[in-house]
Amino acid sequence: MNRFRAFIIKEFRHILRDPRTLLILFGMPVAQVLLFGFVLTNEIKNAAIAVYDPASDAESIELTQKMASSGYFRIERTLQTVQELEPAFRQGKIKLALVFPPNFGQRLNHEGRTQVQLIGDASDPNTATTLINYASSIVQDFQRKRRGSEASQPYRVDVESRMLYNPEMKAVYAFVPGVMTLILMLISAMMTSITIAKEKEMGTMEVLLVSPLKPIQIILGKTTPYLALSFVNAIIVVLIGVFVFGMPMMGSIGLLALETTLYMFVALSLGILISTRAADQQTALFMSGLGLLMPTMLLSGFIFPRESMPYVLQLVGNIIPATWFNQIIKSIMIKGVGISYLYIQTAVLLGMAVVFLALSMRNFKDRL
Amino acid sequence: MEEPVIFTENLTKTFGRFTAVNKISFSVYPGEIFGFLGANGAGKTTALRMLSGLLKPSSGIAQVAGVDVMRQPEQVKRRIGYMSQKFSLYEDLTIRENIRFYGGVYGLKRAVVKQKTSELIDKLELGAHVDQLVRSLPLGWRQKLALSVAMLHEPRIVFLDEPTSGVDPLTRRQFWDLIYEAAHQGVTLMVTTHYMEEAEYCKRISMMVDGKIEALDTPGQLKKQFNAESMDEVFRKLARG
Repeated sequence: MNRFRAFIIKEFRHILRDPRTLLILFGMPVAQVLLFGFVLTNEIKNAAIAVYDPASDAESIELTQKMASSGYFRIERTLQTVQELEPAFRQGKIKLALVFPPNFGQRLNHEGRTQVQLIGDASDPNTATTLINYASSIVQDFQRKRRGSEASQPYRVDVESRMLYNPEMKAVYAFVPGVMTLILMLISAMMTSITIAKEKEMGTMEVLLVSPLKPIQIILGKTTPYLALSFVNAIIVVLIGVFVFGMPMMGSIGLLALETTLYMFVALSLGILISTRAADQQTALFMSGLGLLMPTMLLSGFIFPRESMPYVLQLVGNIIPATWFNQIIKSIMIKGVGISYLYIQTAVLLGMAVVFLALSMRNFKDRL
Repeated sequence: MEEPVIFTENLTKTFGRFTAVNKISFSVYPGEIFGFLGANGAGKTTALRMLSGLLKPSSGIAQVAGVDVMRQPEQVKRRIGYMSQKFSLYEDLTIRENIRFYGGVYGLKRAVVKQKTSELIDKLELGAHVDQLVRSLPLGWRQKLALSVAMLHEPRIVFLDEPTSGVDPLTRRQFWDLIYEAAHQGVTLMVTTHYMEEAEYCKRISMMVDGKIEALDTPGQLKKQFNAESMDEVFRKLARG
């Protein structure tokens, strides 16, 4: 025990003396959550739009005001001619234009149908689609309210949709779990692989191996501090998610803590596995960056939805621990489900932990 | 004759088809400074690693401090000291912290570590630098410190794997003083080196060529046997075959 304690003390000294390590350990998680939180949002507020309204009757003005008061749009320009449209888009002053026909209200009242044109700036397709959707739904709403006052039509299907668990479609719900998977992978896997590779590079690993310390003690000694720090980081990320970005915490905190620990074990064993292969810190950094962080970010469903990936990539995504952990965090925090809904995900992570740990233990003995 | 502290018979290590160490047999006695000489890749380091319990021998017998290396490598590790060619101290720890760490790893009590620390810094005259990071020390100091740290737990046998590589001749000479001092106290030291002039400092030398021990004797006898002026010449004659 005395041996092990000496090891842990030494390990903490390494961490505390290296500003770069400290920065990655504590600066990175906070910066990442805040960045993703403020930058990676799909919601759009106060988008600048232009209105061309040659009709200027009661109905067109009502619709325009409805747009303006929705909170999504801000009337940046009121155009006098159609020719002004193009330059406004070109200058990037507006993201969307609302164009009325000259006899909007008149046709609406007499013929019962009219048109309105929505023009989006699709040089940024995501934003354009979102804005068109928002605007369309406002127009729909406008139409329904007017119809309600008149005789009802013979066939009418009113679609009423409800977004479960995240009615406001907040992006935080997706990125807080995503950032958790990423940060824990970063610290648990990358940092451990680098710190073990460093011992090899410096030649101190040889001295450790020739000492009475058992290989398992060396591995535990190297990983325990990072396990503890990863856990602190997980707490920081959840706290920022909940208190800064209004992420809900519906499920059991204890269960989340347990599942997080399990995921950290998977990440750690991956880190050890990498370090048994990498002879120096550079290689370890490269291997964990390319082999762990990239897939975690791109294929786990954190940034790009898994449903829209090619089938092969979805399969690849299945062997990435983050894919499963992402589902676990979301289910616990947002849906508030218990372990009985998470058997499969938990079993997969458990299986991964066992396999990777066994592999790395075997490699550790063989290689060093 | 005394009991040997290191004893090998037909000790062999193969990596796949490559035979790194080929049936070496020798005995080392208490207080001896035993040199392992040879070119890079001759198998010195591999032999040393087997004897220190780092590598499992492929075949043959090896006993260190009365323990079978094949069967009880963990027991061997407790009884030996080891210093690698990189001096293996933590550069981002201070002298005191390095000593404390290795003391802890070898299971020494706190009070013992404390006493050892002060003895050690007195001996090496490092008093003013004890709380300085090892990174800031000159190479020669680090090397001496590394040896002292490797002997912290008072092992009867110390393995030194090219302990003087990259160090200037004067520092190398001073380092050998430390080795002599240890040998004087009855510690057995096994040293690998490729500096031929260092061979003269050893009591007995085994010359390794391609995994085999081609010659084993005192430096004087070897020179006589090969009719050579210096160890360098012995080695050249041997290598030429």
